[in-house]
Amino acid sequence: MKIIVCIKQVPGTSEVEIDPKTGVLKRDGVESKMNPYDLYALETALRFKQTHGAEITVVTMGPPQAESVIREAFMMGVDHGIILSDRRFGGSDVLATAYTLSQGIKTSGGADLIICGKQTTDGDTAQVGAELAEFLGIAHVAGVSQIHELSDREIALDLDLPLHIESVKVKLPGLVCVEKGIYEPRLPSFRRKLETAGRDIKVYTLDDMVDTDPNHYGLSGSPTQVKRIFPPESTNTHESWEGSDAELAERLFELLEDRKFLQQLR
Amino acid sequence: MSASYKKFNSDDLAELRKICSPDRVIPGAEVSEDFCHDELSGTFHRPDVLIKVASAEEVSAIMKYASKNRIPVTPRGQGTGLVGGSVALFGGIMIDLSGMNRFLELDQENMTLTLEPGVLLMEISKFVEEHNLFYPPDPGEKTATIGGNINTNAGGMRAVKYGVTRDYVRGLEVVLADGSIIEIGGKVVKNSSGYSLKDLIVGSEGTLGIVTKAILRLLPLPKFKLSLLVPFPDLSSAIKAVPAVIRANSVPTAVEFMEREVILAAEQFLGRKFPDNSSDAYLLLTFDAAGKEELDLAYHAAAHTCLEAGALDVFISNTTERNESIWSARGAFLEAIKASTTEMDECDVVVPRLHVAEFVLFSHSLQKKYGARIRSFGHAGDGNLHIYVLRDELKEEEWKKTLNAVFNELYAKAKTLGGKVSGEHGIGIAKRPFLAESLSPREDELLSGIKQIFDPLNILNPSKVVGTK
Repeated sequence: MKIIVCIKQVPGTSEVEIDPKTGVLKRDGVESKMNPYDLYALETALRFKQTHGAEITVVTMGPPQAESVIREAFMMGVDHGIILSDRRFGGSDVLATAYTLSQGIKTSGGADLIICGKQTTDGDTAQVGAELAEFLGIAHVAGVSQIHELSDREIALDLDLPLHIESVKVKLPGLVCVEKGIYEPRLPSFRRKLETAGRDIKVYTLDDMVDTDPNHYGLSGSPTQVKRIFPPESTNTHESWEGSDAELAERLFELLEDRKFLQQLR
Repeated sequence: MSASYKKFNSDDLAELRKICSPDRVIPGAEVSEDFCHDELSGTFHRPDVLIKVASAEEVSAIMKYASKNRIPVTPRGQGTGLVGGSVALFGGIMIDLSGMNRFLELDQENMTLTLEPGVLLMEISKFVEEHNLFYPPDPGEKTATIGGNINTNAGGMRAVKYGVTRDYVRGLEVVLADGSIIEIGGKVVKNSSGYSLKDLIVGSEGTLGIVTKAILRLLPLPKFKLSLLVPFPDLSSAIKAVPAVIRANSVPTAVEFMEREVILAAEQFLGRKFPDNSSDAYLLLTFDAAGKEELDLAYHAAAHTCLEAGALDVFISNTTERNESIWSARGAFLEAIKASTTEMDECDVVVPRLHVAEFVLFSHSLQKKYGARIRSFGHAGDGNLHIYVLRDELKEEEWKKTLNAVFNELYAKAKTLGGKVSGEHGIGIAKRPFLAESLSPREDELLSGIKQIFDPLNILNPSKVVGTK
């Protein structure tokens, strides 16, 4: 079984600066890391490698330095890596990104199962997975919280929906977007770092794609235009209460309930 | 001894209410139970009055009154101590310093922070790190006050590389037993001016004076951090690798050891999986550095050393999320062990680094000998071990007997290895007999003599650290 996991390099901290003129994330000089949500997708795939002997390839789109997240995936146990890197891919919105990924996956020969994380921590759209599956014409589900069974023909899993959990079977080839916490991601291994230091990473440019029309990629292939990006407001106000232990406990409970910090047990 | 103290009465209450505003002077009967104990189980004493002080002048006036009337005084921060240090054994006055919690000055040129004793440890790191500065001592209990940390000379995880609280206290303002206020030490880096009173006060657990202000030394904040989780086939090989790791190239900030059973207990307690639980024993190493290259060099050298020493692998934790998955479990070890039993007591012994493996294996051997569960985890890098004896289903009598026997064995063994009774929790009341046992008669005389000079009436936190043998 062949599994592809889509991963992305994102800024290393949540305190990202945004260029006020262009509305684009400032990535220069910022430490980067693998998108934390992708770690859950990787862990899901790596478990199938252990149980089903699956062969895992990671695919990422980004500048050449995004190679580091592929190396990190190798350190977790991934077999192959592909980077889609071309200046003409720059400025892609979600649709162009999903299209580029679909083209790269076609060029690579495809997979039985594609696994994506819930979303990225920089773009936060959570749309690429579904759009990628649509471009490939395969079945897809998002919000996967548990996987029950995987066979050559289908995968049985639970979807964590707002009011209920839905158990479904998805025909393969298919694409699943897994939730944070589906499994605890393993840590990268120093032994594997030493073993995979010389492993080749395939680089695909626009010229390697099935569709080589530059108008379908990058800025020109992107129908979305960002008008403005701004960080959400945060405040640091606090209040203190006085009263008996019982009153304070009651008040705290009400506040937590009001602010929806308390979840009803299922 | 308690017989020699004045019996506290309503006149005393009225007099004290003239010193501080009456609403901050709470009569014993109205004092919340929280102030009658600390984190040491089985010790409960109610003070006759609790005073929430707001200034050194108030503390001074209270001490003058207490010393004139011979009333015992127990200073207290957040009550997170583990050895009964802030329990009012003889009733009397409890001074709550947690309300004196202001940052007074951040001196960026001298790299010092002046603050009141009630500031919480977690507030200090947050405050200084916003200014790219760093207060290295890192005890596990982040809701403790800096006053409590100074009084116990608290240690924490980063001691391997950075040392302990004493190394970061530059100066103190202290109210003495007679109410006089002295300033000792200062912003100076060096000081060879006579006996270091400042260093005597640090670790004195409120028995020599009450700290009302402190000047802390800060360092530049190391921007890059990384942890290594290193699985070993067994505990012995894990701990034996430690000296080599510390010698390799760059000193780690922390070297912790943990065993599988404690990890499993933490997983159950948190309802969350640890990134790896397949091995019997682990070392957890952390590194920090000003630059990424420096950090990479440091951890590569340590990783190679671990593999040569028999490590099964070396896992790298290099992001906030990964660190959180490891450190949230590490932070829950104590609570997880606590939750697994009915009652427990802890031995906070410290031995030279070379003997850590021997000592931990010795503590394990006592499980069989005394039929009690014993758990441990801790600072393999600085030799400070936390060994927990669990009561489980033992009856009161049996528990006391077993605990005492196990502790006696542990402290005796530590002594033969050149160890000390407490690495970072202090002596309080719980470890007093063991400290007394470990001191030579001359040392004991010196300690009692120092107490006598500072507090001739024995009103400051009496019967803690020194006293009845």
